[in-house]
Amino acid sequence: MSTLVYASTIEKGWYWLHRIISGTVLLFLVAPVLMVIPLSFNSVPFFTYPMSGFSFRWYEEFLLSARWQGGLQNSFFVAVAATLLSSVLGTLAALGLSRPNFPWRTAVLGIVISPMIVPTIITAVAVYFFYANVGLVNSYTGVILAHTAIAAPYVVVTVSATLVGLDNSLVRAASGLGAPSITVFFKVILPLISPGMIAGSLFAFVASFDEVVIALFVAGPQQRTLPLVMFSGIREQISPTIIAAAAVLVLFATAMLTAVELLRRRSERLRGIRGT
Amino acid sequence: MAATVAQTAGSEKNMLLRAELRRSERWGKLRAFALVLPLLLFLVITFVFPIGRMLFNAVHDDTLLTLMPRTTAALAAWDGNDLPGEQVFAALAKDLRDTWEQKTMGSVAVRMNYELPGTGSQFTSSARKASTLLTGPYKAALIQIDPLWERKEVWNFFKRGASPFTAYYLLRSVDYQYGADSQIVATPPETAIFRDAFLRTFGISVGVTAATFLLGFPVAYLLATLSPKSSNLLMILIVLPFWTSMLVRTVAWVVLLQQNGVVNQALVGLHIISHPADLIFTRFATIVAMTQIQLPVTLLPIYSVMKTIPPSHIRAARSLGAGSFYAFWRVYFPQTLPGIAAGCLLTFILCLGYYLTPALVGGPSDQMVGYFIANYTNKQINWGLASALSALLLVATLLLYYVFNKLVDVNRLKIG
Amino acid sequence: MRSSALSKKTLVIIGLVASTFVLTKPGAAADQITITSWGGALQRAESQAWFEPFSKTTGVAVNEDEYSGDAAKIQAMVETKSVTWDVVDGYSTWVNRLCDQGLLERIDWNKLGLNRSKFIDGDMYECGVPSVISSSVVAYDKDKLPDGPKTIADLFDTKKFPGKRGLEKTAAGNLEWALVADGVPVQDVYKVLNTPEGVDRAFKKLDTIKKDVIWWEAGAQPPQLLADGQVVMTAAYNGRIYDANKNSGKNFAIMWDAQLPGVGNVWVIPAGGPHLDDAYKFIAYAASPEVQGTLTKYIPYGPANKDAMEFVGGEVLPWLANAPEHMTNAIKTDTAFWNEKGDDLNQRFTAWLAQ
Repeated sequence: MSTLVYASTIEKGWYWLHRIISGTVLLFLVAPVLMVIPLSFNSVPFFTYPMSGFSFRWYEEFLLSARWQGGLQNSFFVAVAATLLSSVLGTLAALGLSRPNFPWRTAVLGIVISPMIVPTIITAVAVYFFYANVGLVNSYTGVILAHTAIAAPYVVVTVSATLVGLDNSLVRAASGLGAPSITVFFKVILPLISPGMIAGSLFAFVASFDEVVIALFVAGPQQRTLPLVMFSGIREQISPTIIAAAAVLVLFATAMLTAVELLRRRSERLRGIRGT
Repeated sequence: MAATVAQTAGSEKNMLLRAELRRSERWGKLRAFALVLPLLLFLVITFVFPIGRMLFNAVHDDTLLTLMPRTTAALAAWDGNDLPGEQVFAALAKDLRDTWEQKTMGSVAVRMNYELPGTGSQFTSSARKASTLLTGPYKAALIQIDPLWERKEVWNFFKRGASPFTAYYLLRSVDYQYGADSQIVATPPETAIFRDAFLRTFGISVGVTAATFLLGFPVAYLLATLSPKSSNLLMILIVLPFWTSMLVRTVAWVVLLQQNGVVNQALVGLHIISHPADLIFTRFATIVAMTQIQLPVTLLPIYSVMKTIPPSHIRAARSLGAGSFYAFWRVYFPQTLPGIAAGCLLTFILCLGYYLTPALVGGPSDQMVGYFIANYTNKQINWGLASALSALLLVATLLLYYVFNKLVDVNRLKIG
Repeated sequence: MRSSALSKKTLVIIGLVASTFVLTKPGAAADQITITSWGGALQRAESQAWFEPFSKTTGVAVNEDEYSGDAAKIQAMVETKSVTWDVVDGYSTWVNRLCDQGLLERIDWNKLGLNRSKFIDGDMYECGVPSVISSSVVAYDKDKLPDGPKTIADLFDTKKFPGKRGLEKTAAGNLEWALVADGVPVQDVYKVLNTPEGVDRAFKKLDTIKKDVIWWEAGAQPPQLLADGQVVMTAAYNGRIYDANKNSGKNFAIMWDAQLPGVGNVWVIPAGGPHLDDAYKFIAYAASPEVQGTLTKYIPYGPANKDAMEFVGGEVLPWLANAPEHMTNAIKTDTAFWNEKGDDLNQRFTAWLAQ
């Protein structure tokens, strides 16, 4: 704000234009979701304003019907399992990749990141044929493994980013003081990278929780995940329940985001302490 | 520890030390590799291998070789000019009987229909009729059964089947096919759609990437220059939609843009237009929805790079007499380029693979390659073609990723 | 092949770990089959009329799955010997093709204990048991369009009926309608469509409304398109329109001119499924005269078993496709034609759409 005092009229004009443009873009970003959420309280299954009445029926359907709740449970089950697997595998890999002189780094990194790059539809079709051969189609295992593969790169990337900021002198200091490497890992490295790990896990969780194309091919009726329930809802008719589900999930996402933000602050605090 | 040893050592010990260093370095490398190994193995088995196998299907098809073994073998000696001789027809009759008995004629018919549309049913009926044809001469009898066996392209088709590998699917996915004499010809215009589809995919991806950059850059700049408190608040506005299910965001666009949807209602209500405009199922809707979905992906890397640029740079430029625009353009902007490259290329690569969003908000002429892959997998059941399309799309994607890798270090890529 | 052996082992191990979680989920009962149908109103009706009573009578639990009528998953299951669908409510256009590829079980009518000759089109399928008669019709909302379309030509008349129209995203049906609207008598439709000129003619006619069409893929979409006012009229399955009127209080009307009645739904058994006997048991039950007609209590799809007609309630008769007054200008869907030309025409149709 203080620079504004010295600014010319043209610069002031730019300043406000920039703010207006940015505001419009942000509106464009959030408005679509915010505008449809009220429609989930509509008493009739149509998507037009003004709403004909207020009702919780779509929330009831989401929260009480076996189909939606089954989907929700499946999604949680699959996402939690995929997150655990991908977090462990991904964190280990990130630790390895961050070591200096890692052999064939580019090639290995390429493979590790590839699930992020390959279009999902290709992954879905390929994984489907492979799973069909080994009998993993229509099984929880199949969905979990496929989701782990697409979620792991997120963990690797996020944890790697944290490791770049990791001060190696702390590790050396700990070793110099005679701590065995296991102790160093659990007492020094892990606490420092845990915010990155948790953020990576959250990304992994969302990558699996939100995934529909692979599930469409690999999941059977028992494994029908929430996005699949939504998708079959869209294919047939768009029910306001989808929006109600979305509203609940947006709330959920906000809670997760807040968690990430708090973790980030904690991490910054930790690094701040390191600086003194 | 090694350092203390080195101080007391002579040249001989120096050599020993070097060897030990090398060993410990190798050991360190091994340990690092061991950490990556579980994920690497996991991905190779559950991801790389399946994809490789599917891509193999783009060039591998042994349907004819296994189901019509005698015919394809007998045709090896055929010169391709006149109709094949009695010996080939005898082999054909035997193969036809086998396919009928083993109920595999349907698979051959399907394979035939890919390359020679409409011949599949003729093949099936030939197989049925040939099942009672036990003695020769076969040539006249089979031609009598179906004039199909007088067509040279049919024989050339089977001759090509002697190899378990075929270029047909790859050719087809760029709108070429085999002609009557196995020469490569352009696919007839009423079925030539893939080159357009690739161009369209490319065009939509460029459009969406450009849109996300133009919209995202000012916002990223604002976020990077605001105080952390307010920028964190605005950040929620960006990350929240990013974390909302893509399906839900697509549905939101359907609801907004449909004939009597919110946007049309508002426009009609405000008397801007008198009749609802065609918004949904158009290219416009596809690009708008994809732009909104991809915007955070482009924006966040730009933002994270901008945050690392010290404001003192601009101040220095200004104090040296540069105008505000000049300072921004010559000092600030160049430093944001890695972020722009990362964001834009990531969005572009992700756009190439879009499937559900265009399928739900786009019209039939707005579909991208992903749609055709799904369509040929699920509806047309032509898995070879689906694999070939996937292969081409994947090569394009990997090529871009390679460029991306050259331009910016993947390690600097931040996703949130 | 080392890698695949290795992969199997790894996957089995991980599978075992995961299955300890899975097994905590209930429902690994002894006798159960998975029946896959089309979802929406049809599957709800089938579930009430057939699946649930079947479970009660026989004690075989029924798992339901949904699909959108694509045969791809069946082919993949059978080819990789991982069949999980025991019975599928199949679609007439692909049943014979899959049968010729050995992907479906050949039906043993003796084992089924049903009289094949009593089934409409029963002799047409080696691998299928005809289930119900449905029809593609043109439907519109009487509240919004009191003076609705009278002939199929009106579907193509954007001057008389301006606005979007819904059509199914498939070649079958649309090509026939295009020809009839272009002046071909219904009885000659397949004769004309069997020539390259006829196909060109049909596509040319479709070109005239191409930009006014909203394409749908699932049977439950057209009532929604009508309800939302997205289209002035739409191709639809007659049963779904009835369902919208009965269960959602709509006032939709059906134009029966040039309707396409046919045995759309055929029970099939993917080859090599683990519950073959129970699959037979189910089809024998659902296709028996006393049971097949009960579906009309929930959705007006007439039974393909002629003996079942006497069990159909009178109230639903005016909504059935094969009611005599609806048949005057009907196009009898030529399944044999579509078996032969379907691949070819669908390829052309896909390309036409994308252009």
